[in-house]
Amino acid sequence: MGGWTPAAVPPSAARGLRGRAGDLWSHRWLRFALRRAGRLLVSLWVLVTASFLMIHLVPGDPVRAALGPTAPAELVLARTRDLGLLDPLWRQYAGFLGNLLRGELGVSISTRLPVGETIAQRLPATAQLAVAAFLLSVLVAVPVGVVMAVITRRGKGRRTELAFTGTNVVLGAIPDFLVGVGLVYLLAVQTHLFPVAGRAGPDSYVLPVLALAIGPCAVLSRIVRVEMLAVMEADYIRTARAKRLTPWRVQLVHALPNAVTASLTLGGLLLSSLVAGTVLVENVFAWPGLGSTIVSSIVSKDYPLVQGTVLIYGVGVLLINTLVDVVLALLDPRSTIGES
Amino acid sequence: MRAARVLLRPVGFAGFGLLTVVLLVAVFGPVLWDGRATVIDTGDLLAGPSGEHWIGTDNLGRDLFFRVLVATRLSITLALAATAIGMVLGVVLGAAPMLTGRRVARFITSAVNVLVAFPGLLLVLFFAVVFGVGARGAALAVGLAGAPAFARLCHTLLSGVSERDYIAAARIAGVSKFRILVRHALPNIAEPLIVNATMAAGGVLLTFSGLSFLGLGVQAPSYDWGKLMQDGLNGIYVHPLAALGPGIAVVLAGLAFNLTGEAFAAAFGIDVIPGVARVRAVRGAAGESAGPAVAAPDPEPGTVLSVDGLRVTIPGARRPIHAVRGVTFAIRDGEAVGVVGESGSGKSVTALAVARLIEEPVRVDANHLVFAGEDLMAADDPASLRKRLGTSLVVVFQDPMTSFNPAHRVGPQLAEVGRFHQGLGRRAAFARAVDRLHAVKLREPERRARQYPFEFSGGMRQRAMIGMGLMGTPRLIIADEPTTALDVTVQRQVLALLGEVRGDTGAALLLISHDVSVVTEVCDRVLVMYAGLIVEELPARDLGTLARHPYTRALVAAVPDMETDLTRPLAVIPGTPVDPSDVPAGCAFAARCPLADDHCRAVEPPLQADAAGNRVACHKAGWPLPADSAEVTV
Repeated sequence: MGGWTPAAVPPSAARGLRGRAGDLWSHRWLRFALRRAGRLLVSLWVLVTASFLMIHLVPGDPVRAALGPTAPAELVLARTRDLGLLDPLWRQYAGFLGNLLRGELGVSISTRLPVGETIAQRLPATAQLAVAAFLLSVLVAVPVGVVMAVITRRGKGRRTELAFTGTNVVLGAIPDFLVGVGLVYLLAVQTHLFPVAGRAGPDSYVLPVLALAIGPCAVLSRIVRVEMLAVMEADYIRTARAKRLTPWRVQLVHALPNAVTASLTLGGLLLSSLVAGTVLVENVFAWPGLGSTIVSSIVSKDYPLVQGTVLIYGVGVLLINTLVDVVLALLDPRSTIGES
Repeated sequence: MRAARVLLRPVGFAGFGLLTVVLLVAVFGPVLWDGRATVIDTGDLLAGPSGEHWIGTDNLGRDLFFRVLVATRLSITLALAATAIGMVLGVVLGAAPMLTGRRVARFITSAVNVLVAFPGLLLVLFFAVVFGVGARGAALAVGLAGAPAFARLCHTLLSGVSERDYIAAARIAGVSKFRILVRHALPNIAEPLIVNATMAAGGVLLTFSGLSFLGLGVQAPSYDWGKLMQDGLNGIYVHPLAALGPGIAVVLAGLAFNLTGEAFAAAFGIDVIPGVARVRAVRGAAGESAGPAVAAPDPEPGTVLSVDGLRVTIPGARRPIHAVRGVTFAIRDGEAVGVVGESGSGKSVTALAVARLIEEPVRVDANHLVFAGEDLMAADDPASLRKRLGTSLVVVFQDPMTSFNPAHRVGPQLAEVGRFHQGLGRRAAFARAVDRLHAVKLREPERRARQYPFEFSGGMRQRAMIGMGLMGTPRLIIADEPTTALDVTVQRQVLALLGEVRGDTGAALLLISHDVSVVTEVCDRVLVMYAGLIVEELPARDLGTLARHPYTRALVAAVPDMETDLTRPLAVIPGTPVDPSDVPAGCAFAARCPLADDHCRAVEPPLQADAAGNRVACHKAGWPLPADSAEVTV
């Protein structure tokens, strides 16, 4: 047995090795960062250009459409000039980009207020909703998915499984604004537990956040369960069991990270669709956020305001996607190498 | 065939039935009930539910229940139109990279990737701005917004198909790209595309109602479900059913599309209990006896593993599958025992069962299963048992590429044993892991310990796996085909390493292999398994000369060596392994055995030990083989 006692590694050699490994590591991460940043920039450019082109894609005269058929011709001309729509397209584009860099998003046609101001005023309410709903759905979905996987593994707990998947399919199929309407009916109209609409105290957050979170939570927990079930059959889980670790350690330390990396890609999609879902839910709850702004500005054809809100939503989604990719890379380093 | 299977499932039946009802209402609803949905009753404005108006009336006194029914046609039509737009555009975008040059293809693919990243609703709103408010604009908007997702799907499916041989053959034959796409590729992805389109239609229906609900879709005086909900929401205090009624309709119709799609998707796959199908199993007749039982020797001193009457049963759809049908053997300290047999003989299942790594619902029974004085069948005190097993029973698995956790670095995976069973701290355990990697002759163990498994080659991983076993003081190493997945030179190194490890630690070895030559070389004693039973046990060095069971002799003969006459076909064992669903009475090998007679086919031969301790289960053990069965001549 003598040959198997721990032998000290010379410290100098250890340091040298660690240094080289570190170089390799940072190199790989640098490449990942560059590639991902490049993708973000391209997407941003597409977004900005699309929102610039939006006003030009509207058939007919957008300013006339916005001001209505009764507006005097001089006013329409003046507004058109204000918006810079008489300039050649390239100059408009350059001006648009320049304004963006300075943080200026133009002036609303209907209210004459700077678009940036309106957005700054309304964004926090929307962001709070989205973040709260995302956290709630992840915090509920991951444990529920894991527990369900453990309970219903390998044909155990057939009834629990049926109840879980059944509830899940139904909940996942109900769109968030309908959940909102249902919640209002049950918890505000019938029982007066929570306010029907508006944003006031903490209790006014409960229904909109629930309405937003329930659908994603159902979808995510189903995926976490399926991924856990698949991962639990993997060879490396058998290895972990052969090491005689406790079932909890096998499930949480060995299975969960692998299940989560697979679920996370979808989680990111969920989060960005959640951002968009706020539009509908805000309208159900008369929530003073960006969602009601974008709808009313589309209806009133207030194009600068639409441009600004679309940009903000788009940037939010892109940032979320990037964040998800970074987290994914941290959790599963193969993805950073696999791409290159 | 498949459609029938879909309808047989409850989900498929419910979805398909619901879909049929929805479509019927969409077709006939306006014809039947348009009158009742448009009649204005000024005496009954905004009424609640009543016998006359089931879910009340709207602000003009029109019956809401019939309005919901009539709205089905517009809601479904718009949803299907938008889905069609999205799908056609998606297929065009998705298929375009196959037709165009590489540059254009890359551009289209990356443009689609950028667009897919944006949530559908945001794209819908963008296009709603461009096309203006209204039903037609909304249909275009929803359709265009759905196109990127379809394009991505179509592209993925196509690139899966275009790798296939028949596409390659068509390409080599000079068939034009367009013709390949239309005649060969698209028909092959039609099924998943249509299934996805069905599910997408459900989603589109919901999106559309959301759009109308926001006031951006259908405009008065037309109405779809979303519009009805928008009108109803304002009065939710007074009569909530006005908003909930159309909402329920939307959910039911959405479910109809989703469930139908999912049922078809499931029907294209295969349903098995995950994991159970992976266990290679030999099915035995139900109610089989416990197998040839040899009087259980009491675990003698010096015995590290003693197995008596081990049975592994897999619950099957119709009847249980008996993968191992009563296996009895023992391993002495430091001894190397090999288990050979064809695939499906139950040798791997035996190894896993001995290591107690078989999980529910597969059942493991044994008269006794004792490892190092520890009764593994008794479940008392699992914590301390875990600790002792974790440090003294080592399992090396077949596929080193998949046996390490891809999410953790290699070092900590080894260190886990030290941390949880040996009470080492994180740092000390890691240091020991590095030392163990050094011990299995991994170069630069310090650096390697900080790497992820995917940075290791197969041979390195198998070394690391053995190193993991050396974290403790192994008394028994169970190696399940440890070299099968490796190339030949690496195989030799790993076998040599196993030998060294045994020399250093004094551990016993249970080596599972289908490779007779490997077992002969490494092991002291060999167990030959067939159809879930041990059919012969003898010293490894006697395998080539003293084997008495016809199956063992056939196995040995099937191994080519330097003297094999290469002008003749390589020897094979005639026939195929026992049909899993029908293990015959009598000797399981009888059907393939040149010596079998009626007695063999009727009575199962018991496993009998001779004076030297060798065992064989054969009525004709040691009989000379007939000359005409050249393949099995020793």
